[in-house]
Amino acid sequence: MFTAQNYVMASSLEEAYTFNQKKANAILGGGCFLRLSKKRIHTLIDLSALSLDKIEEFDEEFRIGAMVTLRDVETNDALRASFGDGFYEMVRHIVGVQFRNCATIGGSLAARFGFSDILTFLLALDCEVELAHAGRMPLCEYAAMKPDRDVLACLYVKKNGRRAVYQTVRQTKTDIPVLACAVSVLNGEYRAVVGARPARAMAVSFDPADPDWISKTVNAFSFGSNMRASEEYRRHLAVVLLTRAYNAIREE
Amino acid sequence: MAYVNAPVRKKDAMSLVTGKPVYVEDQIPKNALVVKLLRSPHANAFITSIDKTAAMKVPGVVCILTHEDAPKSRFTTAGQTYPEPSPYDRLILDRHLRCAGDPVAIVAAETAQAAERAVRMIKVKYDVREPLLDFRKAKDNPILVHPEDDFKALCPVGADNKRNLCSTDVFEIGDVEKELAACDVVCTRTYHTKANNQAMMETFRTFTYLDEYGRLTVVSSTQVPFHVRRILSNALEIKKSQIRVIKPRIGGGFGAKQSVVSELFPALVTMKTGRPASIIYTREESMTNGSPRHEMQMTVRVGADQSGVIRVIDLYALSNAGAYGDHGPTTIGLVSHKSLSLYGGLSAARFACDVVYTNTMGGGAYRGYGATQGIFAVEAAVSEIAAKLSMDPCEIREKNMVAEGQIMHTYYGEPCNSCALDRCMQKAKEMMQWNEKYPRKVLENGHIRSVGVAMAMQGSGISGVDIGSVEIRLNDDGFYTLLVGCTDMGTGCDTILSQMAADCLECDIDNIAVRGVDTDQSPYDTGSYASSTTYVTGMAVVKTCESLRKKIIEMGASMLGVSVDEVSFDGKRVYVIADENRSVTISEIGYASYEGHNHCLSASESHSSPVSPPPFMVGMAEIDLDPLTGEVNVIDYVGVVDCGTVINKNLARVQTEGGIVQGIGMALYEDIRYSERGTMQNNSFMQYKIPSRLDLNTIRVAFESSYEPTGPFGAKSIGELVINTPSPAIVDAIYNATGLWFDTLPVRAEDIALGLLKK
Amino acid sequence: MVVTITVNGTKYTDDISPDLPLLDYVRSKGCLSVKRGCETSNCGLCTVHLDGKPVLSCSVLAVRANGRQVTTLEGLEEEARAFGAFLADEGGEQCGFCSPGFIMNVLAMAHELDDPTDEEIREYLAGNLCRCTGYQSQLRAIRKYLTSKKEG
Repeated sequence: MFTAQNYVMASSLEEAYTFNQKKANAILGGGCFLRLSKKRIHTLIDLSALSLDKIEEFDEEFRIGAMVTLRDVETNDALRASFGDGFYEMVRHIVGVQFRNCATIGGSLAARFGFSDILTFLLALDCEVELAHAGRMPLCEYAAMKPDRDVLACLYVKKNGRRAVYQTVRQTKTDIPVLACAVSVLNGEYRAVVGARPARAMAVSFDPADPDWISKTVNAFSFGSNMRASEEYRRHLAVVLLTRAYNAIREE
Repeated sequence: MAYVNAPVRKKDAMSLVTGKPVYVEDQIPKNALVVKLLRSPHANAFITSIDKTAAMKVPGVVCILTHEDAPKSRFTTAGQTYPEPSPYDRLILDRHLRCAGDPVAIVAAETAQAAERAVRMIKVKYDVREPLLDFRKAKDNPILVHPEDDFKALCPVGADNKRNLCSTDVFEIGDVEKELAACDVVCTRTYHTKANNQAMMETFRTFTYLDEYGRLTVVSSTQVPFHVRRILSNALEIKKSQIRVIKPRIGGGFGAKQSVVSELFPALVTMKTGRPASIIYTREESMTNGSPRHEMQMTVRVGADQSGVIRVIDLYALSNAGAYGDHGPTTIGLVSHKSLSLYGGLSAARFACDVVYTNTMGGGAYRGYGATQGIFAVEAAVSEIAAKLSMDPCEIREKNMVAEGQIMHTYYGEPCNSCALDRCMQKAKEMMQWNEKYPRKVLENGHIRSVGVAMAMQGSGISGVDIGSVEIRLNDDGFYTLLVGCTDMGTGCDTILSQMAADCLECDIDNIAVRGVDTDQSPYDTGSYASSTTYVTGMAVVKTCESLRKKIIEMGASMLGVSVDEVSFDGKRVYVIADENRSVTISEIGYASYEGHNHCLSASESHSSPVSPPPFMVGMAEIDLDPLTGEVNVIDYVGVVDCGTVINKNLARVQTEGGIVQGIGMALYEDIRYSERGTMQNNSFMQYKIPSRLDLNTIRVAFESSYEPTGPFGAKSIGELVINTPSPAIVDAIYNATGLWFDTLPVRAEDIALGLLKK
Repeated sequence: MVVTITVNGTKYTDDISPDLPLLDYVRSKGCLSVKRGCETSNCGLCTVHLDGKPVLSCSVLAVRANGRQVTTLEGLEEEARAFGAFLADEGGEQCGFCSPGFIMNVLAMAHELDDPTDEEIREYLAGNLCRCTGYQSQLRAIRKYLTSKKEG
């Protein structure tokens, strides 16, 4: 586990940002993934006092604070009313309820894990993130960036009627995914997202009217091998899962 | 019988479910030093120098021990009866590091933080050598895992360290080649099973201190306290009389704790410093330097005639001992004894084996102990030959299975005195609705539902070797103390033995106070392994109760002033048969025995069995297989067990359910993997996945009991047997779904999906 | 850093290191039911309630519990006995090492879910690993416990 010498409860986002400019400092999310690191941290920065633990619904969008837990989004009635089982499906496989009561949306996004269920599913929706300094930017842009020293404050999810279906394959039900796929549609425009390739999730749009859409879509992604699966299997699974997700969304 | 065969609650249950501090870590003395290990990053290296100057300066560090400080006598950490079949191939700290994670230095400090800091500050220079990682290339490889001259084997197991051989053996019954040539069908296949981690929830842990007599006291999470005493004496070069080992409650073992793993390090620290010391293995250490199941490669040739009579089985097994030979020469024996013996009518059988050293983690004992690997190979091969004969895999087994009254030629020539395997098969078929479900059904969503079957057996203790002893004392007021040396590791043996004692002594189970294990006070027991406790120690309970009853009757008769022939004992009182009003109560006898007598009433008997009667089992898996992703979901599992008389219905059932689930993990995803450098890749619960409760559906268990004449109340063992059927049953089910045979475990979704694509 | 944490109803004020996991903090307060089974937040053995919600005390830093209520099995002795008796009557505690964390999550589930299905129970408790039992006896115990609670 990491070690930490100091702890600061940030009183403003700006203060958190200032502390976070030092490389030896780190923002404390839920602690679930941070504890896997052996870092020697100078100061832990806590965002708990910044009211970032709320899910707020507005006319056009949801605002989800960085400190909202995975369990919060899983059980939130307003999110369920707008996105059906989507958020539940996104997190239900992640370890267990106690873990999801700790792990935060902000921590999950900022880490940009390759295996991230959250990043894969959210990239299928129309999302933006808000950072202390860079301000608002599309999630896909943020996801592609290298981790930097800015502070993620919240996530915005557009309520524009986009529908998404999420499909994964795992070795065991609570393992990280072997491959994660999402397909979404808005006004006939389709989007495919593939994560755990094992590289980070990426989104591409596709046109199902094209008879070759599935091979073209899958070819837009790169795949690799690791302990959980080979490149060949992942490529094969991408075809299977994207086809299934597309069929599911068409049938909805 | 009031308690035997009843679902009795475990005596320690309520303290466990209310979280009482009954485990090793909960009892560490406050002033104990914290011990941490510096471990080798290399799989094969020699230490050229160690500089601990900077590390010693860390505040709170009390001592740092290296190979220069450690005793030089080789020993084995395998918990086995002396002389151990496992070669003496270890030192506590060695200059030669034979696998990644081998200990380089022991650090003891006042706090964990100080110890960890010091570990990071020790400077070591290594002479790094090329590691030998592929066990298929180990025999006679120029890279020697044990080049040392003081390597020794106490038993003639065929060990030869100059050839990387830990053990080698061969036996043949009948003429195998001639029989094979005469068969209508022969099926040959090579199977590969992987190393698996026991993954008990409580990792290895120990604390040590010098008691008021200056003796080394070792409190440890172990299955083998008496073996720990001997092994520590060998390793530390101190007298056995100077060591006391205590086992409190332990958080699971499954064989992992049948080896000395964590005990040596705090013990050496206490001997050097005189101070209490403790070590708690991290999960990572438990994964990388524990005592896992031996990886094996097995080639099976099964021959049958057209009618499905199996005439011959030839089996060759290669086992990876890893860096140290713990349990290497013994696990390999079970590969054949407990697989070939499932088939009673073989005209010929052969088994040959090599156990080889490599630079991977040393193996150990894991539930099933070689039987699991052998039964996978043989049972999968039998299913395949059934398929070749277009025969139902249950039918070929019904035709060939071992039966009561047969002599088991591949099982030390022991007679099969109790066997309900036929009834187990019949019951399992009914429960699974086998005839309706076999072989498969394709669902509307494209998934395939299929079923598969396997049989299994194990032993009950190690015949002619291991012993169990108990002592029972009658106390004032007429309650009993039951002292046992076997080790309850959650399995409930303290309760099971109390059930037997209560029935033998005709008393309430609450009248039996049970206590184990403290090597200073408990009667000798080899420990809880090899499925021995219920069968071997249970018999010691029965014998001890008989002796004690005799003494109670003698005392009662003398108090009544009559001869022993004139009285009877009903558990509550000793009374005159001819005049039942003349009696003394057990309480009165208890008090009287404490006053002015030359003997308190106590009895102690030992038991060792010349035979190891096998329990039997049939397992059936129903799977849902997604042919596009290859995912296999075990939707139902039926296990029907013949463990002789079931002593505790609940505990036997839970043993079976738990064993089946471990077996499912082995079949589908558990797989210890190494990098090219020989470091373990899946060294955590994040990477080494064991089944969660979402990975199973129903597990259904039933018992079809035979009566074992040599066992207590007709009982045989159950603990290990139950892990053996899932791998072959699931592989059979996958074949029935896909037409593909898989010979390497675990069978992963990827293998199935890509296999189907290439079909 | 100085914190005030209420553990099982008792308020403690301590100067603690910021990297101290809540797990080690509550054990130092004598709550030895709380166990550690891994270093990767996967096993659930260390489950405690933080302001009533089940969390992994290995992952939550003690500083995060400042001003809050922590409950361990020691603080729920009565409920632990009530459910534990059902578990014991199935033989489902086995080695018992995972029992405290498991029971803490069962009690949280009983508060949070009304009339859960077997599937919902499995899903709620998926983060509690057990290597002994194969989980079936635990499910039987939960079913009986929930029924007995309903019947009052």
